[in-house]
Amino acid sequence: MLIFELSRPGRQGAAPSSLKAGGASEIPGDQLRTRPPRLPEVSELDAVRHYTRLSQRNFSIDTHFYPLGSCTMKYNPRACNAAALLPPFLARHPDAPADTGQGFLACLFELQEMLESVTGMAEVSLAPMAGAQGEFAGVAMIRAYHDARGDAARDEILVPDAAHGTNPASAVMCGYRVREIPTDADGNVDVASLRHAVGPRTAGLMLTNPSTLGVFERHIIEVGNVVHGAGGLLYYDGANLNAILGRVRPGDMGFDVIHINLHKTFSTPHGGGGPGAGPVGVNATLAPFLPLPVVGRNASGFHLLDERDCPRSIGRLGAHLGNAGVLLRAYIYMRMLGAAGMRRVGDYSTLNANYLMAELKRAGFEIAFPRRRASHEFVLTLKALRDETGVAAMDVAKRLLDKGFHAPTAYFPQLVPECLLIEPTETESKQTLDAFVAAMKEIREEAGRDPQLVRGAPHSTPLRRLDEARAAREPDLAWNPH
Amino acid sequence: MTTPDNLKYSRSHEWVKSEADGTVTVGITFHAQEQLGDIVFIQNPEVGRKVKQGEECAVIESVKAAADIYAPVSGEVVAANQEVADSPERVNRDPYAAWLFRVRPSSPGELAGLLDAAAYAKHAESEES
Amino acid sequence: MPFIPHTEQDVREMMAAIGIGSLDDLFDEIPPALRAGTLSGLPPALSEMEITRLMHERAARDGAWLNFIGAGAYEHHIPAAVWQIATRGEFYSAYTPYQAEASQGTLQVLYEFQSMMASLTALEVSNASLYDGASALAEAVLMAVRAHKSSRRVLMPVAAHPTWRKVVRTIVRNQGIELLECPYDAAAGRTSLEALDRFARDDLAAVVIPQPNFFGVLEPVDELADWAHARNALAIAAVNPTALALLKPPGEWGARGADIAVGDGQPLGAPLAGGGPYFGFMTCREDLVRQMPGRIVGATLDRDGRRGYVLTLQAREQHIRRAKATSNICTNQGLMATAATLHLALLGPAGLAAVARACHANTLALATRLARVRGVTRAFSGAIFHEAVLRLPVPVAPVLAALREQRILGGFDLGQDYPELGHALLVCATETRTEDDIARYGEQLERIIGESRRPGAGASGKRS
Repeated sequence: MLIFELSRPGRQGAAPSSLKAGGASEIPGDQLRTRPPRLPEVSELDAVRHYTRLSQRNFSIDTHFYPLGSCTMKYNPRACNAAALLPPFLARHPDAPADTGQGFLACLFELQEMLESVTGMAEVSLAPMAGAQGEFAGVAMIRAYHDARGDAARDEILVPDAAHGTNPASAVMCGYRVREIPTDADGNVDVASLRHAVGPRTAGLMLTNPSTLGVFERHIIEVGNVVHGAGGLLYYDGANLNAILGRVRPGDMGFDVIHINLHKTFSTPHGGGGPGAGPVGVNATLAPFLPLPVVGRNASGFHLLDERDCPRSIGRLGAHLGNAGVLLRAYIYMRMLGAAGMRRVGDYSTLNANYLMAELKRAGFEIAFPRRRASHEFVLTLKALRDETGVAAMDVAKRLLDKGFHAPTAYFPQLVPECLLIEPTETESKQTLDAFVAAMKEIREEAGRDPQLVRGAPHSTPLRRLDEARAAREPDLAWNPH
Repeated sequence: MTTPDNLKYSRSHEWVKSEADGTVTVGITFHAQEQLGDIVFIQNPEVGRKVKQGEECAVIESVKAAADIYAPVSGEVVAANQEVADSPERVNRDPYAAWLFRVRPSSPGELAGLLDAAAYAKHAESEES
Repeated sequence: MPFIPHTEQDVREMMAAIGIGSLDDLFDEIPPALRAGTLSGLPPALSEMEITRLMHERAARDGAWLNFIGAGAYEHHIPAAVWQIATRGEFYSAYTPYQAEASQGTLQVLYEFQSMMASLTALEVSNASLYDGASALAEAVLMAVRAHKSSRRVLMPVAAHPTWRKVVRTIVRNQGIELLECPYDAAAGRTSLEALDRFARDDLAAVVIPQPNFFGVLEPVDELADWAHARNALAIAAVNPTALALLKPPGEWGARGADIAVGDGQPLGAPLAGGGPYFGFMTCREDLVRQMPGRIVGATLDRDGRRGYVLTLQAREQHIRRAKATSNICTNQGLMATAATLHLALLGPAGLAAVARACHANTLALATRLARVRGVTRAFSGAIFHEAVLRLPVPVAPVLAALREQRILGGFDLGQDYPELGHALLVCATETRTEDDIARYGEQLERIIGESRRPGAGASGKRS
């Protein structure tokens, strides 16, 4: 049932009935709307009940283990939400002068400093509103750097073939051509191919480390030397920073520019697909190009730096200062962790992933890179299972829903056939991980005994498997009564 | 029959059929549609467009993937199959009947460079592993 | 250990299962030279009680203000139910609904969201949100250029939001897209139809049409949309969603309607919150949907023939199309779209129209009251929605500083973005401002301007 189908003409919800009807108007008649928009007319209780019931049709971290690889679905502490919702923060207008928001700006300034410390970068801007916007800003800064040196021949960004799809898409948005670098058998960047690819056209290399294959890039020092030697810059995609938090810093690895996903590593909620936040960090050379605004501090307090302070900035990515409420939540989380807590994040997320990998391996599952340590995630391939039983990785993913687990990321990275990318995060207990292993074993047993059971999964969710081909062939994208 | 003997093939998985009027008909192979999965959208080249061999000229989308279709020969596009664009699932059902577009070749010699059925079958198999 | 459940025994068993003697062994593939020592520059950990106290102190320091600033972000009443439901863990702590069967809640909410936004703008299809209004406008410009194919020039009115114009420039500049600035009529405060003739022979991909514009003034949207279409350019509407309860929607502008509509969804349930998170919305004609960026939810059937929802038309997106995607966006502003859906459901068509009418009437009352102060006038003759530009007889900044001493945020100083307007101030009074609030602002402005016009006086005696 859609909210529209609950609608009854004339029924009122939370409309502010004290508002005076009539009042002055100077809107010319030919500018007026003639037919009202088709919004539902429901009571407040109708709406509350409808959306509460819809919420119950979701899996979430608060209700289920959610080992979605590359997404870092860790617990989102409620304290972060509660303090970010304090009325003075919520009521603050983005254009209110800095002197009316010193408490708020102090949090953001300290967040910049803490992010600089944990990443080893010289300066940070909080402006990007998601990881992909951080990537855009990072690559735009690489371009601004080369342009400022009059080095206009560099028109290529190198991206490993295992990279997340946003990397090539971001490079293209900055006007670059994308050149893919192959991966070797152990999941590292193929350094020989990289050497062959770099040259006077190389603007930079975008790298996720640990990679999307769930392993640390062993040749990172060499990779950095090759790219820098060719005059290119090194971009760090912070999607997997959680794995090495407190252990290795991107700045120490030689990266010139990075982005960080606060909704992954720093535990801000994923919200059903955002809002996230994707701050960017740079070394001192690139600092003048940071996107605006940046929070500054002088004798009179905290304030926002603008184009007059930073004339070489790549510019602005949004109307205000980024997803401020998300930034506050990350700030609170980081303050609760402190230095020791940061290191525990890296340690225990890696412990959990390696334990889960070891247990699944012991149970006979095939690990894609068995000679490697897992980072905070690892790749499983179910190709053998598919060949033997016809049960594919997607079927296993759907069957996991029946067992009370959200599915891992399926069919990514694309290099590994029939793969699941599994990221347990540090906030899950050994008992949860053991239960997940037991579920995987059960499913494999079911696949041998009754493959149709698994291929028909899920059976216990509110709906059974949905027809995605139909949705795309006959798009029905909005409710349209006849 | 997944690679009919009477057709020519490109390495990028298009099939090519020489017609009596000198034009060629182009579609995608059984192997290609199988790799793509459920096809949901086809964007054909405009009739009248001049294409070069190897040029991207059409797009096929499935639920999980998108593929560019490359002109197997140079020439002018003389027809595009609207019925298939309207019901893209036909390509999954019968890829050798569900043609995409026709080209009047400008360099007929290019046809000789395409693969025959046996060579294509071997090529497709080698990509699968 | 905060947020980490492991007991010592768990850790021992887990290390034994892996075959390691210490946690350090987990990182033995990392070159030793790179391993960080103790992190410096981080403050010690705070307990939940300590961080809560600190945040309360900082919030108290910022305090409460009587706000008359709009300028793209508007203070509206948000029904309590909106955020109580939106922050339920099932919405708050879920992710992008990749597993449709485990995400029907989020997916149906987004389908309802798309339906509401499509209807509000009178266009056929909507995506599931973008980051904010400014970046949504940039995406619309890129989309129009893709759809148009032959031109990479876009006409951008100077009367559009100045920061949005900067954002568009940042995002499109590296793709060889040219933004042409179209001036406004100095008397009416809206885009000048006469000045458009200057661009009549340019090959344009699109014309951006703000409604209302940054000055709060209503644009001649029918004429602008028709002018764009007569030159084979797309019409991009940049609209305020509250205003659409009263104003003609983009899909009905001119003879053919706008092709794409974007805007900032903040007025629909997002608190001001210092600048975000808000969300951008985008709707368009059906035949442009494959050029649209961002997630889109569609209805379909499950194996038993029951209606359900999935992410669809994904071949447009970066995870499939990579370098050829319509945009690099993946995470959007899902929770804000969820809140907007709740907000619109709770208000309904009558509630949203009542809010819009109250904003309009309050801003007229405010502008009328402030224009009674000696030397203060309305800067433009054009009809407004819920913001107005006032000309002051004295510089704006000291007046705003003096108002702040009375805990009043008096508006947005236009001096930096529009120096040609002189001492110009943009003010806004939404439905949340009362008659008393407006009276208080009027009295204070009267006093401050009166004092500042006395020979030798500063804007405020106290500040000297």
